[in-house]
Amino acid sequence: MNLDERLQDVSVIGAAGKMGSGIAALISQEMLRLKLENPEKIYRLNLIDVNMSGLDGLRDYLRSQFLRTAEKTIVVLRKKYKDRADLVENAEIVDAYVNDGMKLLNFSTDLLTAKNSHLVFEAIIEDEKTKIKTYKALKKLVSKETFFLTNTSSIPIGYLDEKSGLDGRLIGYHFYNPPVVQKLVEVICAPQTKEELKGLASELGRRLRKTLVPANDISGFIGNGHFMRDGLFALDEVLRLKGKYKFYGAIYIMNRVSQDFLLRPMGIFQLIDYVGIDVFQCILKVMRTHLKDKTLKHKLIDKMIKAGIRGGQYSDGSQKDGFLKYDKNRPVGIYDLKNGEYFMITDEWKNKIDKQIGPLPEGFAPWKALLGDKNKDEKLKNHFRTLKQMNTMGAELALKYLKRTKEIAESLVKQKVANSADDVNAVLTNGFYWLYGPINEYV
Amino acid sequence: MAFLRKKIYACAGYNTVALGTGRKEFNPKKPRPGIEHYIKEAGLGAIEQIRNPENIDEGVIGNFIAERFCRQGNLGGFFPFVHPTFQYKPCIRVEGACDSGGLALVTSVKTILSDLADVVLCIGVEVQNTVKALYGADYLAAAGWYSGERKDGHAYFFPDKFSERAGAYMKKFGELKTREAMAQWYVNAIENARKNPKAQEYHNNNPDLFNTAMTKPDPNTFCEFLNVYDCSKVSDGASALIFASEEGLKKIGVDKKDAVEIVAFAQVQDNITTPPPDLTKLTTCEVAARRAYERAGIKPEDLSVLEVHDCFTIAGIMAIEAAGFAGHGEGADFVREGKTRSDGIIPTNTTGGLIGYGHPTGATGVRQAVDIVHQLLGKAGDCQVKIDPKRPYGMLSSMGGNDKTVVVMIFKKSE
Repeated sequence: MNLDERLQDVSVIGAAGKMGSGIAALISQEMLRLKLENPEKIYRLNLIDVNMSGLDGLRDYLRSQFLRTAEKTIVVLRKKYKDRADLVENAEIVDAYVNDGMKLLNFSTDLLTAKNSHLVFEAIIEDEKTKIKTYKALKKLVSKETFFLTNTSSIPIGYLDEKSGLDGRLIGYHFYNPPVVQKLVEVICAPQTKEELKGLASELGRRLRKTLVPANDISGFIGNGHFMRDGLFALDEVLRLKGKYKFYGAIYIMNRVSQDFLLRPMGIFQLIDYVGIDVFQCILKVMRTHLKDKTLKHKLIDKMIKAGIRGGQYSDGSQKDGFLKYDKNRPVGIYDLKNGEYFMITDEWKNKIDKQIGPLPEGFAPWKALLGDKNKDEKLKNHFRTLKQMNTMGAELALKYLKRTKEIAESLVKQKVANSADDVNAVLTNGFYWLYGPINEYV
Repeated sequence: MAFLRKKIYACAGYNTVALGTGRKEFNPKKPRPGIEHYIKEAGLGAIEQIRNPENIDEGVIGNFIAERFCRQGNLGGFFPFVHPTFQYKPCIRVEGACDSGGLALVTSVKTILSDLADVVLCIGVEVQNTVKALYGADYLAAAGWYSGERKDGHAYFFPDKFSERAGAYMKKFGELKTREAMAQWYVNAIENARKNPKAQEYHNNNPDLFNTAMTKPDPNTFCEFLNVYDCSKVSDGASALIFASEEGLKKIGVDKKDAVEIVAFAQVQDNITTPPPDLTKLTTCEVAARRAYERAGIKPEDLSVLEVHDCFTIAGIMAIEAAGFAGHGEGADFVREGKTRSDGIIPTNTTGGLIGYGHPTGATGVRQAVDIVHQLLGKAGDCQVKIDPKRPYGMLSSMGGNDKTVVVMIFKKSE
């Protein structure tokens, strides 16, 4: 069974979630492409989730994604619909495309809906018991030829496959958030993963125009293998700094150092909030268990969860409060663990603490400005060179962080999580939108 | 009978800002002024320059397609909204695609020639940022032949029509020189717009305009021979101008020295259902210009300033040929050599043109007239070019559709 045949009936389990909806958007566009080329064939994308209202949101989201694609590709689309005499204006063609796309979709809260699928994407909660239970149930419903692609970001694939009895029909296919934007897919094969599935996964990646980076089947893989430890370092620094600057001051310092001094798209605590403090905690637990590494834990994370602060996003994509408090996705406050409430950032406080952090290197350009800059490499070199000559708290913390980040990345190669330094760098630049890989010559 | 059997003057010109991408105050996500705002701002902008608005006899408004962009028809009804003087007076809206403004000019002049009016307020308006460009392209495609051309046409119908022309011109006269001339046209447009605070490209501070304009076209997302810099932008804007007979000028209290004289015009129509006879030239524009020169009794070299309809850079180059400044195929070199710059042989589109000022379609013809009037009166601000007393004429050429509907008007500085 080739990919085109498998794409005639596909299911996404956990489709209403953040990752599931993104995967559904990508797959639905590819299925619609095939449908327009083969109008006589029937295509069905089953979008399954336990969350009924989430499915309503998903319907709106997928409609908006079809609309977006239609508007963006209208020049090509007019040619695809050239034989439809009734469609003349761009607006009519856009409507037709959106309608044709919506016709592919089958929303359901029942796993049974997946029974005819030959390709199943799983993007449910990052909990191995739930995943195994779901796979076991699916296995009974679908044909023996069905392939499964899991979006797990931490649970070893071989383990999941074995516990679910999938006989090599499972592959790790880890998209990054949001899947329609992020170029990266981390592909994880277990020793038993079937060759046909590996080939199919590469072909699909090409069609979705994703950058596929192979990671070995070690819990956390490359992405979380790096991110968790990177986050833990920042949390340790907070513990070290909080005596002098208070907890919220230390959070502010590390967040700002990672964003501005290290030129990342967002500060480390904003990123943890974005992912969800609960998700962060959950992934740490998975990794701690599978890697038998007790250091993969942090008391500040546990305290935040205990205080009921979880981060993550609302269904409309806006940011929930976490380490930071947000107003229209901009940080306006910082959680004060001691008092159990948010400390609101004032200009006066900010000026004072920024003064203690020290100035940014001369000629500083923010992440966004450097992203499309042709002379990005040269400017990054200058940035870090200048940083080294500065004797400020900000510069010192940044260089220490840069060094630690590199060590983490190098250990992923050493421990054979990644096959090469390039693969680690590819994950951080394509999946986390860093301007540079952690294994670099800046330190 | 002489072509113009009495003297007609234009005065009190006013242009609004051309709003759209590129202007700092433009935010596509925020609400913007509606079409009535533009009509009123431009109309009052003109009226406030005269002493006796009560003596205006009629209103003429040019607009292409507000029914679709703004869901608004019956635009004549906005004249009494602009000023109470229009209550129960004749007001009319005229349409001829992107030449709607041009048609508003000639309709105003003809109304005065008919002796039924001495003073006419002429407005042109279009508000286009109400929809995304691909839907706007649908609306603007109405300037072509819908049942004969649209289905097989490109998503960006008009850019593609002029891309075809650019391709044909390149094939016949040389690809590189044409491409460079188109880029130079863009450079001139932006440089002129930077001197015009009302221009859509006024805030453009790109340090390397020429190379930007040389961007390779991408037929998968746009057109085969045009990049986006070759195209005028999507704009909201309006312009207004008052036309008056000699008697009319007195009635509204405007001195002749503050007005310019209309010495000739030509209004020329081609068949919308037939393809252009020659893709490499603007045949109808050429006929119109020739006719206007004959009627005025002047030659191209008598002009000190020129306004052409550069909806696309290639249209600008061909319009220079159609206006008689360069032979067929020589327009590219003429532009490349800087002869259309504000310090060149024939300063052209001195306030930015359609590419630099913007192209609120129905307003454009009126905007061109306003700018010619300002130049001849020495009121063009930083855009002012030298008006040689031996060459006291300015000319505009306004085009609708694919060289289908054309108005050329020649103005002369009053004695």
